[in-house]
Amino acid sequence: MRGEDRMSDEMTTNSEGGGEAVTAGGRATPDAAEGVHPSVSALRDSFGDAVLRHEVVAGDEHVVFVGEENSFEILRWLRDEPDHLYNFLSDVTAVDYGEGRPIQVVYQLYSIPHRHALRVKVELPVSDLEIDSVVPLWQCANWLEREVYDMFGVNFRGHPDLRRILMPANYAEGHPLRKDFPLRGRFSRAEQTRRALAQEPEDHYVGTDFGPGRDPQVVPWPEIGGEPVPVRSPDSAEDES
Amino acid sequence: MSRRSVEYEVKQRPELGVDFRPLDGGPPAGVSAEPLLDSENMLINLGPQHPATHGVLRLVLELDGETVVRCIPHIGYLHSSFEKLGEYRTWNQIVTLTDRMDYLAPLIYNCAYVMAVEKMMGVEVTERCKVTRVIMMELDRIFSHLLWLGTWAIDVGAFTPFLYSFQEREKVYRLHEAYTGARITTSATRVGGMMADLPQGWAEGVREFAVGVIETLDEVEALLSTHAIHLGRTQDVGVISAEDAINCGFSGPNLRASGVPYDLRKDRPYYDYETYDFEVPIGENGDCYDRYLVRMEEMRQSVRILHQALDRLPDGPMDVDDPRVVLPTKTDLMNDMASMIHHFKLVMEGVKAPPGESYFAVEGSKGELGMYVVSAGGSKPIRWRVRPPSFVNLSVIPKLVEGGLLADVIMVNASLDIVLGEIDR
Amino acid sequence: MSDTPRTSGSGLPGGLFGSGTPTFLTTKVDFVVNWSRRNSLWPMPFGTACCAIEMMASAASTHDLARFGMERMSFSPRQADVLICAGRVPYKLAPVLRRIWDQMPQPKWCVSMGACASSGGVFDAYSMVQGIDTIVPVDVYIPGCPPRPEALIYGLIMIQEKIRGETLAEHAANRFEDPAAVAQPIADAEGVAALSGPFGNSTNQNRTSGFVPAIPTERPRDRRP
Repeated sequence: MRGEDRMSDEMTTNSEGGGEAVTAGGRATPDAAEGVHPSVSALRDSFGDAVLRHEVVAGDEHVVFVGEENSFEILRWLRDEPDHLYNFLSDVTAVDYGEGRPIQVVYQLYSIPHRHALRVKVELPVSDLEIDSVVPLWQCANWLEREVYDMFGVNFRGHPDLRRILMPANYAEGHPLRKDFPLRGRFSRAEQTRRALAQEPEDHYVGTDFGPGRDPQVVPWPEIGGEPVPVRSPDSAEDES
Repeated sequence: MSRRSVEYEVKQRPELGVDFRPLDGGPPAGVSAEPLLDSENMLINLGPQHPATHGVLRLVLELDGETVVRCIPHIGYLHSSFEKLGEYRTWNQIVTLTDRMDYLAPLIYNCAYVMAVEKMMGVEVTERCKVTRVIMMELDRIFSHLLWLGTWAIDVGAFTPFLYSFQEREKVYRLHEAYTGARITTSATRVGGMMADLPQGWAEGVREFAVGVIETLDEVEALLSTHAIHLGRTQDVGVISAEDAINCGFSGPNLRASGVPYDLRKDRPYYDYETYDFEVPIGENGDCYDRYLVRMEEMRQSVRILHQALDRLPDGPMDVDDPRVVLPTKTDLMNDMASMIHHFKLVMEGVKAPPGESYFAVEGSKGELGMYVVSAGGSKPIRWRVRPPSFVNLSVIPKLVEGGLLADVIMVNASLDIVLGEIDR
Repeated sequence: MSDTPRTSGSGLPGGLFGSGTPTFLTTKVDFVVNWSRRNSLWPMPFGTACCAIEMMASAASTHDLARFGMERMSFSPRQADVLICAGRVPYKLAPVLRRIWDQMPQPKWCVSMGACASSGGVFDAYSMVQGIDTIVPVDVYIPGCPPRPEALIYGLIMIQEKIRGETLAEHAANRFEDPAAVAQPIADAEGVAALSGPFGNSTNQNRTSGFVPAIPTERPRDRRP
């Protein structure tokens, strides 16, 4: 299979290539390079073993791996320490490597006063996708974390309003950017069309649109929680053609 | 919404000499007869199909009369699964997807994406390619701001600047088309270079445009910048402080209008931007009017950069001379066995990237445009993430409009300069 | 309507508008009605993405839509004639599109502008409607990604030609809408599958066009029909 990565197989994903590396990060850096980025050595001094790993990728981008239980503390330290002051959260996203490997939640941080950037990664096992929300630290994480929840199913504890943002509120096919989610979705096109048009106008309002104590008249989907309609017969090829 | 009953207080008017009594024998005399109208807030839906939302954006507004009490934005009405599609496309095929996200400034997206991939792969492009990409990015920055200007003026109530700005945009459309064949969806860049070298006379066309756009900007500014209606609708509307702007993730002209001097071309420079002579306008008040002024001045500064870049455009090859990345020329291909093999492998398998990742951010026309690419060593990415500036900019809109009037919602939305293609991806 | 013969003053069989067959009076009335309809179409711009920008460029000074009578873009569907769906439509937006179509009064026509509205375009993925003809009845498809303003104008002229060929005698057949069909997809499950399926240059073509004899070429990765 590996030699057959031809352009005509345009629908196959890339999970076959480079399967040796656990992550797609760069090589681990020798200790001398840690001093190059001002925050990494200070982070190691303050948190010790909570900083699991440090890598340098793409020549000059520093990546720090931390554990899920310390992520909030470490990110708060990075935001508040005067020498580091990562006051600008560029991005919160996630990467799914497929085949049961942990999902990485990635924070891109930037310090406007000191002009340096840092990437913080947290690896979460697929069976337990829960992490503390950083909305109390940076408000822009609100929508960014909602998107990670929508696309990957990561639950952010303490998020004020964790619900789907890009997909419809009653989307029943799963979390699209996971590697086990097929490109064209799990339902057939006819089923997707039927579900899309079967909504009542009131369904378009979700609970937070209304004040406290006022709920929309949402028509319940009988199929939510049930078995989705299978798209393909079991014997057909499992490719994305 | 239930209708509550209306209560009356009966007010006696002794000078009329009549004793008012309500028919149902209500409250005693001496109490006012003016009706006390009880009211509820109104929940209205702005969009997703609406002329002034600049795309398929849906805002659910709770109104107390004309005042906005709450605003809940809903997006996702243009979600086109770009990031998922990217995982099934080779590195060069994704360039065609990038045009369709921010369709107002496609060349910026084209450039930002291949710059991220080249950083990840460690490919250094030629000088000519660097200057060409700077020209492309600044040209499209003006291009995007021109459309913003046209629709901004329509939202204020002036239709003419829309026609003027589209007239200028037609010139850029022709430049796009002369180079790439397409007006909007350019797909001009490739990993390691560009799709082709610049056609003859193209640089002169850009220079002509750069001169002409200044005259149009002068005309439009004469129409708008001191106009009483424009000032009245935009000054002190949608104010955000600098600390809030940074914490909420604002970037680009929105952030600079609040007084924060953060521009990626100056602070995290790429492609020799530190050697170009230009200024970055910074606002003071953080209101809609300041965002307007910042963008108008940015267009003029982009013209400055364009002139400098055109002056320094060097001759030489456009593509990097690396056979693993760039297709060989037809002459080499037909004459040289090694070139033929490289050509075959590049066409059949695509460019192969080593394992790695990169987050590369450029100053897009809307703000910090970040591209995060992750490779596991093949011809397709494991993950392609776009950090869209408008996504984060739009998330702040409830904070900016709550407490204001309904008409201000339109102005604030226009001042954020959002494009739903990149928000929803 | 047209099947109840009325003899109000004309004395013609089947009444003033005939019962399905054109009469002298019908053709003259048709001519005037169609002329006025096609030269004053008010478009309903349902613009979502890049094609919407080309639609705006068509309305601007260089490629002027006003010369065809379409200057007044009606953003309220209640006052519109032609729905121009310009841009890609995800499933989340599909009920909105259908609702806008239902809100438009008769006579109405629909233009599917661009590859994404016509067939899903480059986006054959989980969230995109593979062609709005699964949801609303389309009269003219305009290919392109995005189509040039000239192409949009060509498509709108095709709508005008279509209107030129209409007749009031068949008004009821063309213009009557079933109330039960409101907010429903216009294609049934098989229709949606047929309209959304791979065709054209898809590498997974297992459906012939019908112009050539159907000799199936088995390739290992072909999906079962």
